[in-house]
Amino acid sequence: MSASTLRIALVGNPNCGKTALFNQLTGGRQKVANYAGVTVERKEGRFTAPSGRVLHLVDLPGTYSFDATSPDEQITRDVCAGAYPGEPAPDLIVCVADATNLRLHLRFVLEVKRLGRPVVLALNMMDTARRRGIRIDVDELQRRLDIPVVETVAVKRGGAKALIERVDGEVPAAAPAQPDDAASRSDLHAQVRELLAATVVMPRNTDAIDDAIDRWALHPVFGLGILAVLMFLIFQAVFSWAQPVMDAIAAGVAALGGWVTGVLPQGSALHSLLNDGVFAGLGAVLVFLPQILILFLFILVLEESGYLPRAAFLLDKLMFKAGLTGRAFIPLLSSFACAIPGIMATRSITDPRDRLTTILVAPLMTCSARLPVYTLLIAAFIPQRTVWGLFNLQGIVLFTLYVAGIVSALTVAFVIKRFRKDKSEHALLMELPSYRLPNPRDIALGLWERALIFLKRVGGIILALTVLLWFLSSFPAPPDGATQPAIDYSLAGRLGRALHYVFAPIGFNWQICIALIPGLAAREVAVSALGTVYAMSAGAGDDALASQLGPVIAQQWSLATALSLLAWYVFAPQCMSTLAVIRRETNSWRNVAITAGYLFGLAYLASLITYQVARALS
Amino acid sequence: MRLSDLPKGAPAVVDRVDDVLADDPIAQRLRDLGFVTGEPVRVVARGPLGADPLLIQIGSTRFALRRSEAARVTVRTGASAEGELA
Repeated sequence: MSASTLRIALVGNPNCGKTALFNQLTGGRQKVANYAGVTVERKEGRFTAPSGRVLHLVDLPGTYSFDATSPDEQITRDVCAGAYPGEPAPDLIVCVADATNLRLHLRFVLEVKRLGRPVVLALNMMDTARRRGIRIDVDELQRRLDIPVVETVAVKRGGAKALIERVDGEVPAAAPAQPDDAASRSDLHAQVRELLAATVVMPRNTDAIDDAIDRWALHPVFGLGILAVLMFLIFQAVFSWAQPVMDAIAAGVAALGGWVTGVLPQGSALHSLLNDGVFAGLGAVLVFLPQILILFLFILVLEESGYLPRAAFLLDKLMFKAGLTGRAFIPLLSSFACAIPGIMATRSITDPRDRLTTILVAPLMTCSARLPVYTLLIAAFIPQRTVWGLFNLQGIVLFTLYVAGIVSALTVAFVIKRFRKDKSEHALLMELPSYRLPNPRDIALGLWERALIFLKRVGGIILALTVLLWFLSSFPAPPDGATQPAIDYSLAGRLGRALHYVFAPIGFNWQICIALIPGLAAREVAVSALGTVYAMSAGAGDDALASQLGPVIAQQWSLATALSLLAWYVFAPQCMSTLAVIRRETNSWRNVAITAGYLFGLAYLASLITYQVARALS
Repeated sequence: MRLSDLPKGAPAVVDRVDDVLADDPIAQRLRDLGFVTGEPVRVVARGPLGADPLLIQIGSTRFALRRSEAARVTVRTGASAEGELA
């Protein structure tokens, strides 16, 4: 380590504004990765101080105590103590504390100080503290703590000036390290009380604004009503804003593909690889992006404003009964649009067991990609009829499919809870922070980060698998004078024919079996694949028949087959993107295998029952 | 009285936190979060279903605790607590 660089670790309680401070200091110069072998996020950034010195910052996960109860907290403790393998010990620890909540946050400051490393305390949210009439004698606090104390306002431009000046100066001397045991631990509270009595005057314990909002937001009736309206608005926005952009992206990528491959001879392997493999894969990746970004925009705003823990509070009991936690609500709800942002949003679930359960059941929420399949089959097979004088039969079937997804997710979560070996109690113990106006810079950086993760980590896997699927569907090429569709002669076609033996008991014909293979890329692809298979079997023009797929299958399939395929799509993990994001978020192929295995099993079982019962009844 | 039985809005102070099993991590975490003897505490709100979880105000912080978690905290109310609150 040269004299001109300094490694700084940012630590603090959750909700102390640490990440906002990190964003203020490093701006866009951040690198987000995972700590090796675990799924805890590692955020690093750097900035150049006025003196020309380069400062490396690591933003460590928020922690209440070094008595670690979660992987996040273990990492924070080990990195601070210089005991994390592959992670150099920080030259300086900047401990961030919320100036409006010192009773809680000072205790952690004392814990950090006992490590015996150089520490600077940043009293954050000083603007809010002043507004609430909280007076802090900073000089006295500094004297009693015997570490440098600076004031910061992380969400205001220039609000970190004092901190930058302090860390750019001489590194403060470290206090002697002290042992960490239960007796000295309970001592810390007494020290905090003394410090508070001597340095802080608080007119009232809570913010009057918070109390006023919470009276409504947490009200047993109005609170749930507000939550319902919010969720309704989010879904409206996701579906009405994202669709035009998604269409534009799909068309744009297809046009770009056509333009790029236009110079290549039609029908050549390279032309097909680029068009049907690379560009189709690119389109499949990018088309999810608008929904992901819009959903995350709302999730980040809810998170930054402090509402998210309130939603978890309102729904915890309901979710807990099913073996989940209140914090799983937003991720599962997002999964109705798309499981990918849903699974990425499970990071807000602190208990690793709760998080894994949520990830495992998220694919059961009926995502928007299932809708094309559902609408095609329902329109073709379910008569447009009014039942009980009020309801539309087609609507009832669609509603039933959604309910089937929710009920099975709750059931699976319940079963996981029953069979888990580790029966120790899951804690809620959730802080409800003060409401805050979300800072646009923090939201923008959060969105940018999510988009990069999706494109880099998930996109790569999807693209590779799409190209693989293209290869399976294209080779070997059909012989001259072939009468069947090209895919029928390919490896995928043979695979589909072979699969037919497996799927015959659940009523799938060979055309469906073939369409299931390219349909692995994404659920809605199965519809176009079916269109292709039928169009080319009939020898008609591709588009003409694909657009009339409904009437064709209505003629050729039995009702039992159609119902069986609907049941299949409630469960089947026909989406590589979801499996890729599970791999990325849990860092384990085993979890991917478990998810895919149990979902295929459930899908087969549900289709088998549906098909056999429907046949027996008709 | 247990914190889980404390009526909404009634002032009380923490008496102690009990471990329900040896080395109870939840009890330890409650102590770390400031549930220590003599700390004033109040139930601010209750969840809409089965009055669970509870929203607890302790110091300047609010925590959502499930009933089973709040049951680990013993509180004192009335005259015995008022002396310390005054």
